[in-house]
Amino acid sequence: MLRVHGLHFRYKNIDALKHVGIGLNKGEVLSIVGPNGAGKTTLLKCIVGIVKPDNGTVLIDGKDTSRMKRLDLARCIGYVPQSTPSKFPITVFDAVLMGRRPYIVWKPSERDLEVVADLLRSMGLEDMALRDFDHLSGGQKQKVLLARAFAQDTDYLLLDEPTSNLDLRHQMEVMEMISGMVKKKGMAAILAVHDLNLASRFSDTVVMLNAGRVFCSGKPMEVMTVENIRSVYGVEATINQNDGNPYILPIRPVGRLKK
Amino acid sequence: MCIPHFRYFYMQEICEQYRGLTGRKVSFMILLVVLLSGVGLIALSQGASSVGLKDSFAALFEDSGVAHAIVWKLRLPRIVMAILVGCGLAIAGTVFQAILRNPLASPHTLGIGSSAGFGAVMAIVFGGGLYKEYLIAGNAFLFALLSSSLILGVAKLKRSTPETMILAGIAMMFFFSSLSSLFQYMGTMEEVHEIVFWFFGSLSKVGWKEISMASVMILLPIPLLLKWSWDFNLLAAGDESAKALGVNVTRIRMVGLVVASLITAGAICFTGVIGFIGLVSPHITRMVIGGDHRFLLPASALVGSVLVLTADTLGRTLWAPQVIPIGIVTSFIGVPFFFYLLMKRTREYW
Repeated sequence: MLRVHGLHFRYKNIDALKHVGIGLNKGEVLSIVGPNGAGKTTLLKCIVGIVKPDNGTVLIDGKDTSRMKRLDLARCIGYVPQSTPSKFPITVFDAVLMGRRPYIVWKPSERDLEVVADLLRSMGLEDMALRDFDHLSGGQKQKVLLARAFAQDTDYLLLDEPTSNLDLRHQMEVMEMISGMVKKKGMAAILAVHDLNLASRFSDTVVMLNAGRVFCSGKPMEVMTVENIRSVYGVEATINQNDGNPYILPIRPVGRLKK
Repeated sequence: MCIPHFRYFYMQEICEQYRGLTGRKVSFMILLVVLLSGVGLIALSQGASSVGLKDSFAALFEDSGVAHAIVWKLRLPRIVMAILVGCGLAIAGTVFQAILRNPLASPHTLGIGSSAGFGAVMAIVFGGGLYKEYLIAGNAFLFALLSSSLILGVAKLKRSTPETMILAGIAMMFFFSSLSSLFQYMGTMEEVHEIVFWFFGSLSKVGWKEISMASVMILLPIPLLLKWSWDFNLLAAGDESAKALGVNVTRIRMVGLVVASLITAGAICFTGVIGFIGLVSPHITRMVIGGDHRFLLPASALVGSVLVLTADTLGRTLWAPQVIPIGIVTSFIGVPFFFYLLMKRTREYW
């Protein structure tokens, strides 16, 4: 169980996060949606400990993460950032093997290599195991980063816009890999997402952020309403139902945005 | 855990391929060791006096005689120092490039070379007396550390992004170069000659005492850096990923900078500025075996040693008995070679 209480984060005199609270259980997928600058990425970074919040606590299975050692935390929460710099060459196998870092002292064990090989195989990446990470397509790169996070073998996984810049097929594949892993291993995943339809389809809970605050949260059907989308995004939309999931069709921008 | 047969088969095959790749990296290092020994033997047999390969090799194990003196007092110290300096500069360059995530980082582009140079210049102009040699080396060492602590200070004040540190280093380079130029401009002929000599780099004045001091500074930190090689790999994947995987990014960047500066200082304080090795050795190595620091660090150390030893041997044999300073030879060989690599590259930074 992951609980976030009263999280507050100031960045350059702007309150990026104001008293944010969320929670999710193992086996669940939670999506954070909201317009640009709402604080989605900041929230993820606070939870995984990349930045220190000014106030508030993050509890993992009842333990305060600010008191945990960095390496112990790395065995609990994995994080897939939005983009990854690549200045120096690295093979796909090594890129995934990096996920084993929290368990490796001097050199990777046989088991570490096997975990990586098994992941590459099950994610359909076995043919590119020894290729340079930089030579892959955007979709393949995202899968490799996902494989790295899976190799980290954590109970909680945070993903920052895992499907941005991907084509339709890769979007579906990546989302299915995430939800499949959550079910199979009883993990919990938090995703920052822009695509409201993807968020609705794949998550148990949706949290809508606006200007650093939780505007509303709940099941996709409860959050994705015409009124909410109008006041948070300033967009008029129609909402249909499809298999019990809301399907959002944006129409036009309305009014002036209030921040 | 019961793994279905086909799945196990694929898994083993991928692991096998990966091990094959590791094997190739190890073979590259063995090749480098062989190459280094070869160049070392050639270097041992070359020199002003006509003691050939066979004699000099035999003299290694003798206790006395002229050949013994030539080999043990003149040639061998030079060879050992060349290997040490090459190893040190290459390791420092690799570490700088890793912690600053920048392929342009090297002991010299970070201003450590030119500030050490300025330290030497100061000692040449103001110093004197019996221990002048050590004064020059000591001052060069101090200034090398001074510039890196200035970079550290800037990084502490403004957040420690790699970009800030690189820019601070480049500013430092210009500052100390112009200070050195000022001293040269105002110095006497004799001083200018000595200053120029220092900036060319030279292995001619080293003895076993210098070697033992340099080897402590260069070799001692290497196990620590090797232990960190895994973290250096993660830094290449970005600060955020590295932090999320449990790396203390700020600490490794700070301590890495200090350790690499120490190694640089140890490498150049007795020999003067030997350019380019710290920049090109990691790049050459990366082209051949990729960016995994577990192999990149030792292999690029070997490449650096081979380069410096080759350059020095060429420098003292090409126009013998005239000796070309090593700093000039490394640039003469290094720059065209580097351009060749730049033209040949298949990616942004191999």
